This record gives sequence, structure tokens and C-alpha cells, in this order.
Amino acid sequence: MAASSDRNPPPFPATEEPGAGPSDMADGDSDEGEDIFSNPVAVSRGVSQPDRVNEEPPDLFSEEEEASSTPAKSNGVHSDEDNDLFAEAHVELSTDKPGSSDRKELSSSSGLRPASSFTQSPAAMQPTSLEQLEEDEAKDSFDVDVAVTNPEKVGDGMNAYVAYKVSTRTSLPMFRSKAFTVRRRYSDFLGLYEKLSVKQSLLGCIIPPPPEKSVVGMTKVKVGMDDPSSVEFVERRRAALERYLQRVVSHPSLLQDPDVREFLEREELPRAVSTQALSGAGFLKMINKASDAVNKMTIKMNESDTWFEDKFQEVENEEQQLRKLHALVDSLVNHRKELCGNTAVFAKSMAMLGNSEDNTALSRALSQLAEVEDKMEQLHQEQAASDFFIFEELLADYIRLLGAMRGCFDQRMRAWQRWQEAQSTLQKKREAEAKLLWANKPDKLQQAKDEITEWEARVTQYERDFDRVGMTVRKEVLRFEKEKAKDFKSQIIKYLEAMLQSQQRLIKFWEAFLPEAKAIA
Amino acid sequence: MMEEVKEVTPTLSVHADNIKVTEVLKEGDTLTFIIVSQKLSGTGEYHVDRTYDDFEWLQQHLFSQEDVPGIQGVIFPPLPAKAQVNASAKVMKQLGFLGLEEWQPYCKALENFLQQIAAHSILCKNKALEIFLTSSDPPGRQRVRKNIFNRLSQAVVEMRKESHKDVDEFFQTERDHNLVLTGCTKTATERFLDVVLTEQKIAVACGHFSAALQLCVEQGEDPDKQAFSKACVKLSEVFNSMMKNMTSVAENNVNTLGVGLDLESRYQEAEKEMLFRRTCKLVELETARRNAEKAKPVKKAAMEEVKKAAETEFDHICGVAKQEIAQFHGLRVKMLQQALVQWCEKQLLTAKEKADQFDQHLQAFRGMA
Repeated sequence: MAASSDRNPPPFPATEEPGAGPSDMADGDSDEGEDIFSNPVAVSRGVSQPDRVNEEPPDLFSEEEEASSTPAKSNGVHSDEDNDLFAEAHVELSTDKPGSSDRKELSSSSGLRPASSFTQSPAAMQPTSLEQLEEDEAKDSFDVDVAVTNPEKVGDGMNAYVAYKVSTRTSLPMFRSKAFTVRRRYSDFLGLYEKLSVKQSLLGCIIPPPPEKSVVGMTKVKVGMDDPSSVEFVERRRAALERYLQRVVSHPSLLQDPDVREFLEREELPRAVSTQALSGAGFLKMINKASDAVNKMTIKMNESDTWFEDKFQEVENEEQQLRKLHALVDSLVNHRKELCGNTAVFAKSMAMLGNSEDNTALSRALSQLAEVEDKMEQLHQEQAASDFFIFEELLADYIRLLGAMRGCFDQRMRAWQRWQEAQSTLQKKREAEAKLLWANKPDKLQQAKDEITEWEARVTQYERDFDRVGMTVRKEVLRFEKEKAKDFKSQIIKYLEAMLQSQQRLIKFWEAFLPEAKAIA
Repeated sequence: MMEEVKEVTPTLSVHADNIKVTEVLKEGDTLTFIIVSQKLSGTGEYHVDRTYDDFEWLQQHLFSQEDVPGIQGVIFPPLPAKAQVNASAKVMKQLGFLGLEEWQPYCKALENFLQQIAAHSILCKNKALEIFLTSSDPPGRQRVRKNIFNRLSQAVVEMRKESHKDVDEFFQTERDHNLVLTGCTKTATERFLDVVLTEQKIAVACGHFSAALQLCVEQGEDPDKQAFSKACVKLSEVFNSMMKNMTSVAENNVNTLGVGLDLESRYQEAEKEMLFRRTCKLVELETARRNAEKAKPVKKAAMEEVKKAAETEFDHICGVAKQEIAQFHGLRVKMLQQALVQWCEKQLLTAKEKADQFDQHLQAFRGMA
């Protein structure tokens, strides 16, 4: 099963299964609890922070330093400016550290977890074990960095498309080389998603969804890539594709998938054709169809573990809230764009006024004013872009991810259903055997016995699958929540940094204008 | 009974530059303004309450001073349009900046109106101003007889006099220049108002986002959930700051440059009206001259009288107008300079405050576990 390969790293110091700690284990099978600790989940960093530190303890070193050393991320605000494509995109995985000593430490430290409040990090109570684990991780860490850049229009007319440069830098031995580049088009990304979805459908992973198709957007681009709305569309898509890939490679199981490797490495990729169906609403439709199928199930699942029920509810609530936030940010972005327009028009009117003015000093001041306003328009544009790329897209990503998470829960339901159906088939086979015994048909009897054996094996298999899916879903949910907290925090920091820079430039504009205003006589 | 005494030119008994409109009160549908002025002799103040109708009464009295030679050459300080409680959209649009910020800019505009009258060498002598500022009873509310300056009453046909060619290069230049400036200033004022209204919308949007973030707080002891909730709460604070900041930016815009552009715009209109009056007088004069020339001997003397009267009046108007124009040029540059300096200083201060706030928020986030 993809989720627990032997490359899985140790859970992070006391924090890997924070919520999944004893308090949750108490609800479910004790077996499950144990399984989680013996199959430590991958530590996957978010798509943003290069820090390898355990998030909670504020007193632990690099959180602050690394955050400040990270310049604005290239996922949308300053796209092609960075010479080093990988300055920000940075994902780390650590190797497995088997050993009962680690496990014991984990058990004990996670035992402390529920008792401690959030701010008082339990890790602080056990500095030695943490530092030791971090050192271990530092030794074994390696990375995969992915960047999507250089959108180029290929071809002409309605058959034209945009090709992106996908660059990978890695030290993982499973790749052919350490750094390589391929060219991919949007349908290739969609194709990858389809392949992953099909393969992982019974496994319970959260598969990050790529950005939606947009007929309107693409048609404009096919016509010409120069006008501002096309430029914006392409940039938005490029950034979204980059985040998509970063999420895929930061997922330990997905990274193992040969399709992912092929996507990153192979020179020429066979054209993905079935992506026609994945239109704008296609993803959500797919997920909703699955949900409907689950709802129509005749055998209702008897949820022995309320954890899943509760989580599902939380996911639904959260999705709603994020949608609301998304709409509000969208409104804010639109107002900012409006302000850009108004400011530009105002600047022009002041320039005209300055030109018509007799008094030289006043005329000059008014012309300067017009220039200040022009510069402010630039600032407003940047702020609108910040709002959009940092928050609006972030919220959109997470709304899609939550949808994908709902898909996971459905996968678990389907696994359960398959198990139940196998059990009922087995029952029928046994009844059939009993009947044959009565009817005394020895040749058919052997066949019946074989079938029973076969179905017994299946029942066992499906039960194991169900348990495994459940475990994977739990791990995925916890990983998701961790990623989400980090992602949001790092994006907020990025936003504040951008705002601060913007404000400082504004201050300079005003300071330059003041003497001009005072010089009017 | 005072006729025996030599008539003394009435003077204003308060300081011209200290007239303040300190408050505006809503009484039903009417707005009442409290005006405070300082006595010239000794200490002491006059506190009076006036409505818009009282302001109009004052203005009409100033307009109708027919005994003052060349009165039509005066650039009358502009009175803002009438403000109403629950004003219609049309009225609000007309008021522009003056309709914002709870009538504070409007009070400032009224204040400026009174101060300019009090500082004007000809207008300050009018008794109406003294009564307006000092009388505890509201000045008579009777409608003053229709005055010759009421532009609204002028027939459309008079408008073509506006482009009547001038005999004096100085005035022709001034008229042309005024025409351009009036247009430019009006446009700039309207565009700036659009900027401010959008800024207000952004402030509201930030407020909504801030409120919605508060609702994203998740329950549970899970540290990741708590981290996320904490981030949401802090981000909510950030956007709350942004809302307050944007509100300040908009306020600053209104109270300094907005009001400044508005005043400039209305003063340009006032100059335009004065120039138009003079042009009308010019047309009248030219007509009188033609009539005097063409008159039959019987009427000739009478026509000559009319012509002489027109000439005298026109000369007076031109004399006053030239002075007014010179003063106006100086005044408007001073007003605009004040507006621009105040605007810049206030926005600079607000920008620095915002930068500090962002810095604090950033530090808080970075320090967050």
C-alpha cells in the first residue's frame, strides 16, 4: 500500500499524531492506535516553509529565522523574477528511523500531548528527545524542489496552447538525475491528476486537484497573450500549477507513484485525451457523484468510530466557511482594482490641471501630485495582486483540497461496502454449499468449497483494505491539518511582508512630495 | 433719528479670521449650525444658531447692494449647495465631498464662506453680516426681492453672451483661462471623489473579511487546529487594522485635498459668474452706444444719458474686477498650497502608523508557534 512504504520517516517529535494521540485512539480500535505508531507517517512540509522544525515550540530555533530569510514566494506575486527557481519551493522528507527507542519516546511524549495546552509546547518539556530527532532528520533529509515557469504560447489560432517549463531539482536516488527540465502543457497536468485519482481511488489519499479548466480564459490566450487579462490568466494558472505540483511531490505516497516520476522526467509525454471531461466544474462533479453513490448505498455504514463522522462534519463546515471567505476576498480584490482605475484617471486629471496652471510653483506641485498618484496606482495594483495570489488563491486551493478530502472519506465508505458485499457473498456461497451437501452432488461440491475459500480470502483482504484505508484517511487528515496551519501562516507572513514593503514605498512618495507642496508660493 | 449724525461706514464688530462653525445639529429635517465669533473689543464671544436659509438670506443681501459702485465686479465667496438630512442621491452628488464625514467638511465650507466675507473690503461693511453673526434672533426670513445676480433666472438666450468677444485683452485672457481651469478643477474634484468612495468600499470589505475570519475559529485541543485558529484570529486583527487605516486615508483625503479642490472649484465658478456679469454689462454698454448713435434727435439726449450711465457702471465694474482678480489669484494659490501641505502631512502620518502596525503584526506572526 502506497501510504506506508519503507521510506516513511519517523513521525515528528511528539507531534506527528498530535490529535490522533491517545484521546482519539481511545475511540477506535486499540489495534489502529498501535498501527499508526509503527507505521510512522511521512513528515511532509508545506508548499512554502523550508523549515524542518516541528511547528509548535516557539522557542525552537529556526522558525523565525527561516521565515524571515524566505523572500516573497514565487507562486504568483513575483513569478519569473527569481533567478533561483527553487529559492522558495522547498520540500523535505526524512528517512525512516526505525527503532523501538524512538517509538517509546513518541509514545510517551504523545501521551503528554493531550494534557498540555497549545501555547505551552509539550516539546519544550522534552527538549532532548526533540533535538535528537531533529538532528537525526537533518542527517537523513533530502529534497525535491519543483517549479513551473516560462509559459510560452505554442502554435496559432484555436489549436494553440501554452507550454510551461517544469523544472525539478532533487537528491532522491529514484530519479535519473539531480536536475532536469521538461515542457508540459495544461492537459498533461490534468492527465496526471486523472491517473493518480484512478490508482489511488481505494486507498484514501488526498490527491491535490489541479486548477480548473477555463474555456473563456484559454480562448483569450489563443487569440493573443499580450492583453492584461490574458497575462493575468496565464500567470494565475502557472502559479496554480506550480502549487499543485509542489503539493503532489510533498506527499510521500504520491511521490512514489511512477506516473509522477514520469511526469517530471520524461521528455515527451503521450497526449492525455480523456481530460476533455474535466471541465471547470468537473472536479467537484466527480467528487459529488461519488458522494451521491455513497448516499445511495443500501447498506448504511454503522460507524463504530465517531472520529470519521466528526471529521467529515468538520470538513463540510470548513469548506463552507472558506467559500465565504473566498467570496469576501474576491470582493476586496475587485474594489482594489477599481481603485487602480480611479487613481489612474484622477492622476490624469491632476496632470491636466497642472498644465493649465499659471503659477509655476503650483503647476509643478500639481504635476508632482499627478506622478505620486500614478505611483500609488502601481501600489494598488500590487496590493490587489497580493490579495489575490496570496489569499484568494490560497482559499480556492483549500476549498478544492477539502473537496478532495471528502472524496477520501467516500473511498473509505466504498471500501467498507466492498467488504460488506464480500461478506454477504461469502454467506451465500456457504448456503449454496450447504444445499449441495443435502443434494449430494460431489463434483459441484468441490467447486463450492473452492469458491468459499476464495471468498473467505477476499473477505479477509477487504477487511484489511478497509482498515488500511481508514488508517490512511486518518493520517491524511492529520497531515492536511498540519499543512493547512503552516500554509496559512506562511502565506499570512508573506502578505504582511509585502504590505510592509508597499507601505514603506508609500511613505517615501509622501516624503518626496511634501517639500514640493511647501514650496508653493 | 440717527439721520443728524454723520453716517459712519458700519464695520464688523468681530474678528474676521476667527469665525467658527463649531457644531451642526439635526432638528427633524433641518440642519442647524452653531456659529461662534470673537468680539473685537474686550473678551467675549457671540454664539448664534443659523439654518441654511439664514445663510441664503445673507448672500441675497450681499448680492443686492445696488448702491455700491461696481458691486457686480466682486467675486462673491461661494455658498455651498443646501445640505439636507436624508438627502437624495442627486443632492449628495451635487454636494460631493461636502456631504461626507458627518457634515464636518460642510461646516468647514460654511465657515470659510463667512470668513471670506468678513475679510472682504467691500462685503464686510454690509450690515447683514453683522446681524448674521451677532443677533441672537435669526435674521428675517422674508425672501429678499429677486436680485439681479440670480443666475438661475437668466434665460438660456443670455448664455451666448458668455462667448462675447472682449474689448480688453486682460479680461479676455482671464475669461479663457478661467474657462479651462473651471473645467479641469471640476473634473479633478469629481475623479478624486470617486477615489475616496472606492477607498471607503475597500474599508468596508476589509471589515467584513475581518469579521468572517473570527468565525473560522475551530474548537478542539489539536495543536494544528489551534495553530490555524490562532492564525485566523490574528489575521482578523490585521484586516481590522487595515479597515481602520483605509478609513483614515479616506478621511484625510476628504478633509484636506477633497475640501480644497471643492472650494477651488466653487471659487472658479464664482469668478466665472463675475466675469459673465461684466460681459453682460459690456454687451449692454455696446448696445447703449449703438442706440445713442442711431437715435433720432428727439431721443438722442435720453440715449446719451443711458450710454453715460452704462459707461460709468462698466468702468466701476472693471476697476473692482481687476482688483478682485488679482486678490483671487493670490488667495487660491494660498488655499491650494494649504490643502496640499495638509494632505501630504496627514497621509504621511497615517502611512507611518500603518507601517508600524504591519510591522507589529508581522513580528507577532513570526513569533507565533
